[in-house]
Amino acid sequence: MAQAKTVLSSKVDVELARRLYFQMFLIRRFEEKAAEMYALGKIGGFLHLYIGEEAVAVGATSVLRSDDYAVSSYRDHGHCLAKGSDPRRMMAELFGRRDGLSKGKGGSMHLFDKSVGFLGGHAIVGAHLPLAAGAAFAVKYQGGDQVVLCSFGDGAVPQGEFHESLNLASLWKLPVIYLCENNRYAMGTAIHRALAQTEIWRIAETYRIPGEVVDGMDVLAVRDVVGRAVARTRTEHTPTLIEARTYRFRGHSMRDPSAAIYRTKEEVEREKQRDPIALFRDRCLRDGILTEADLRALEKEVNDTVDDAVAFADASPEPPDEWLLADIYKE
Amino acid sequence: MGVMTYREALNLALREEMRRDPRVFILGEEVGVYEGAYKVTQGLLPEFGEKRVIDTPICESGFTGVGIGAAMLGLRPVVEMMTFNFAILALDQIVNTAAKLCYMSGGQYNVPIVIRGPGGPAHQLAAQHSQSMESYFYHVPGLKVVRPSTPRDAKGLLKSAIRDDNPVIFIEAETLYGLKGDVPEDPEFTIPLGVAEVRREGTDVTVIAYMGMMYRSLEVAEELERDGISVEIVDPRTLRPMDIDTIIGSVRKTHRAVVVEAGAGFAGMGSEIVAFITEHAFDDLDASVERVTGANAPMPYARNLEQLKTPSKEKIKAAIRKVCYA
Repeated sequence: MAQAKTVLSSKVDVELARRLYFQMFLIRRFEEKAAEMYALGKIGGFLHLYIGEEAVAVGATSVLRSDDYAVSSYRDHGHCLAKGSDPRRMMAELFGRRDGLSKGKGGSMHLFDKSVGFLGGHAIVGAHLPLAAGAAFAVKYQGGDQVVLCSFGDGAVPQGEFHESLNLASLWKLPVIYLCENNRYAMGTAIHRALAQTEIWRIAETYRIPGEVVDGMDVLAVRDVVGRAVARTRTEHTPTLIEARTYRFRGHSMRDPSAAIYRTKEEVEREKQRDPIALFRDRCLRDGILTEADLRALEKEVNDTVDDAVAFADASPEPPDEWLLADIYKE
Repeated sequence: MGVMTYREALNLALREEMRRDPRVFILGEEVGVYEGAYKVTQGLLPEFGEKRVIDTPICESGFTGVGIGAAMLGLRPVVEMMTFNFAILALDQIVNTAAKLCYMSGGQYNVPIVIRGPGGPAHQLAAQHSQSMESYFYHVPGLKVVRPSTPRDAKGLLKSAIRDDNPVIFIEAETLYGLKGDVPEDPEFTIPLGVAEVRREGTDVTVIAYMGMMYRSLEVAEELERDGISVEIVDPRTLRPMDIDTIIGSVRKTHRAVVVEAGAGFAGMGSEIVAFITEHAFDDLDASVERVTGANAPMPYARNLEQLKTPSKEKIKAAIRKVCYA
């Protein structure tokens, strides 16, 4: 059943390369800008950056159809953007403004966008895994062929809900893909201090579902492995557990800026050499898929998009007082 | 109108709603093949099949989360807790996810789920199986909490709960499952959530009580009637939202109030109702409001201690006499 595979990155055409690069670069810039805005006090609360992990969300989401679903944890900006959400409304949500996706009531950790099938950022570790199984249950119940992509960190693996979900998804053959973004640290706790089985993909075997491991810094490798899982899941309703090995270049959140207590500077610098965006950029140039001018044009477009999102967010008014008591119940 | 047990009334409500709406399904431990630990789901598996009556492993958090996820996509799950004592294992899913999704998504998603099963004091089931669980839930904005005391209410309120677009915590009582009463057989009969019922008319004092405590208070009221004290009994039925108007209206008529609850008194439903009454009807009161509550102890096993833990007829009677200065 479970098998580890070294995946060779597949061919990539110009259009796909543009799309992947644009999205990864958009997530990177969006978050760099969000960090800036956090420092200026425009964004409050917790802000968990995804920087360094962009290839996972972008590679995985690139094989989904627009009517498929995605759900994520509190580190959710990348998944929401990759699913196609509007950066303006996302930034407005981070700013706590009325034009935000959740009318300013959710914030960074609770991005939801029903219009693109994004089932939300969920801030209790592990809690959204059963939710993903439930969404997959609904798809199957209604006779659909959509899949549900559920992203979570290695920190969710020790949670009971991880194991309950994999068990139920396997028992009931639910069309859900559990994508573990293993960045090796659950906040400040290194994986070997948290997990008895650090080869997370191997846990799939326990639940008799396919398990695969992939280099999470290689957007095409992620795309391949998730693509295979999606095809299998869509036709056979078989869940899959995928472990994408990645790394977060920043701290756990903006309140953990240096991330220096639990990992060394050398380690971080070493990992930054495998920046997924730089790797893909180099590959596009090396293989002659995109030119330097193409890439610069995409980067310019991203920069403009993010600047526009910030301007939009800043111009959006605060939510009115009467919204405090709205949306607690659906009337 | 037919006479049936509380259990049969719940079963009928489930059956009617499943026939009416294909989005309604049942999920929980032993709900299918075993036909329910308390037989509330008897006969549903043969009628609706495995697609809609689903046995789960023992994993409350997992299967409650599945219900919530399915509800986000438009299904209408009824999740059975074998007893509500086990719902604590799913408390995170209920409180942090189900109750909050509508709000934190700015109204984009809502969770039309019913979480039901027995709760409250039972007979010698001791500390972990004999608790009044409603206080864990009615504190939470985003949840509705129902405690139906009669077979008629069980049917009417469960049907409304299933049709509601929000998460509804529906706590039955295993001591009431065999209770018989008149139940309308009309499939369109429902009772709106958030509407209290005056169980007994009286003029001297209002007693607010639900489930077993409501029945105990009714017995007390009959006995006090012979002593010339006329007791009105209000059953809130839905604890959140609470029908304050009916309670305040009754207090304005009788000028006296006693709240009876089986659960521990500290930060309990009684505290809340007393606060409501003093906020809204202080000037109408002729005596301070009394509370009769369960002792602030876990439920003991020993029969004599168990009886001490729960409000007795004597304690209820004494509280009523006290507020009536009689």
